[in-house]
Amino acid sequence: MVSAREARAGWLFVLPWVVGFLLLTAGPMLYSLGLSFTHYDLLRPARPAGLTNYREILQDERAAKALWNTVFFTLLHVPLLIVLALGLASLLRRAGRSAGFFRTVLFLPTMTPPVALAALFLLLLNGQNGAINAMLGWFGFTGPQWTTDPAWIKPGLVLMSLWTVGSTAVLYLAALTRVPGERYEAARLDGASPWRQFWHVTLPGISGTVYFTLIVNTIASLQVFTEAYTMFFGARPSTPAEGDAALFYVIYLFQEAFGSLRMGYASALAWVLFLVIAAITALQVRLSRDYVQYEDRS
Amino acid sequence: MTRRAPVLLALVAVGVLFAYPFWWLVSASLKDRSHVFDNALLPAPVSPQNYTEVWRAVPLLAWVGNSVAVGVAAAVAATVSSAVVAFGFARFRFRGRTVLFGLVLATMMLPAAVTMVPVYLEWHAVGLATTQIPLWAGNLFGSAFYVFLLRQFFLGLPAEVFDAARVDGAGPWRQFASIALPLARPGLIVVFVFELKAAWTDLIRPLIYLREPELYTLPRGLKAVLDRFGQGGEAQWELVMAASVVATVPMILLFLVAQRYFVRGVVTQRVEE
Repeated sequence: MVSAREARAGWLFVLPWVVGFLLLTAGPMLYSLGLSFTHYDLLRPARPAGLTNYREILQDERAAKALWNTVFFTLLHVPLLIVLALGLASLLRRAGRSAGFFRTVLFLPTMTPPVALAALFLLLLNGQNGAINAMLGWFGFTGPQWTTDPAWIKPGLVLMSLWTVGSTAVLYLAALTRVPGERYEAARLDGASPWRQFWHVTLPGISGTVYFTLIVNTIASLQVFTEAYTMFFGARPSTPAEGDAALFYVIYLFQEAFGSLRMGYASALAWVLFLVIAAITALQVRLSRDYVQYEDRS
Repeated sequence: MTRRAPVLLALVAVGVLFAYPFWWLVSASLKDRSHVFDNALLPAPVSPQNYTEVWRAVPLLAWVGNSVAVGVAAAVAATVSSAVVAFGFARFRFRGRTVLFGLVLATMMLPAAVTMVPVYLEWHAVGLATTQIPLWAGNLFGSAFYVFLLRQFFLGLPAEVFDAARVDGAGPWRQFASIALPLARPGLIVVFVFELKAAWTDLIRPLIYLREPELYTLPRGLKAVLDRFGQGGEAQWELVMAASVVATVPMILLFLVAQRYFVRGVVTQRVEE
């Protein structure tokens, strides 16, 4: 039996969130849906535009380029992030008493403000005298022009993002320690090799966590903005080749909204992004049903 | 012990690789203009005047002050409001609670880029679009991830303490303020440091809202320094590196004092659907 007093108290406590939801989420979403059918530049009142904005997106080569760049970055970044984080977490798991120290070292890069990270990696990734190509040189490789060759700009950005793999690795480490030890013992008794143990015990045991990071990092990568914007956009008029290779969807949205003041068009771009992200997330949820085992958590 | 040796060796290699960019950054910030690209581990000659020079060229102190003010306001607002909301979900039964909490979780998946334009237009409509207020005031309404996280903390508290307090005549607000809050202190610290970091490192909102350089937060200021002294033309990368160190060091210190709270926050991140 829910008492009226208790219900009233409950509603009062959650009221701030309800107000915020209406003011900063649901309201704005409806507002932007409405705006997406108008032309609006802040100076003059919005003019109805019907489906013009959406039709323009279909023919907008920069929007298509931006979407492609973003999908390409995501497809490269997310799998590499997950594999690297898993590898590092497995190492930390076996590190014994020094695990705490190495966990700190791996986690620290995630604290770096992305603007500082981007400024630093502009120099580290520099094709002529950057430290990364110098290191590749020790092993006899000639590194690419990470910051100027359009073909290598996105891989360079992925490489930079992987420096902040630490938080995902720490999350996996926590998941690894929750996999019951008996399962490994049983596998060993069956004569399973370490590789088979990984595939048949470890991976199923942490599949829920891996799946969570897949979804969250896909959503985040599809909105990649700060590092690429810092490196290739802003006050500097970027040379077309570099600018186009690093033109991600949210950067384009940002330019249309706050550079060109095309609020209606930017709102249509935002809704397209929302639908793309929702569709990809729904697909991932559907696929996960076949692969994810939910581990016991208590 | 021998079994562990290859693991430790690999970790040392990885550790060096992950620490190196920090070392490079600090070292470059202390090199003079002709040596900033030389990849030498130690600066020679040492040029600490980079810091005073960038200090003179841009209002760095004002930016640090702005970042502290905005960061603390954002963190306090997020912590207090999320705690209130989380307590409502954890402690009281009311009709619609399950649906509403589902909505909270759903907004976590909502891409922020989608509300960027309309929220700006709202601030524009109330005449605050070029102030620092939009950088933190949105946090006054509780934020989904923190509500989720603090609800977990509150659910972990024994119900008996609240029942006892109620028998003693404590109303809902006193149960929250004098019992739940002190007991959930670790959770509150997690939220505070997470949001402090988020506000301190954010670029996109300062880019949208701040026009006057005196109002810039550090990331926005650092972007201006990069545009002017980096690729912009004047080519004084040693100043860009010095400003980058200034923006980064507070976060490193924050992590070193609050490491376990950051780790705890990351580990609690996972939401069961």
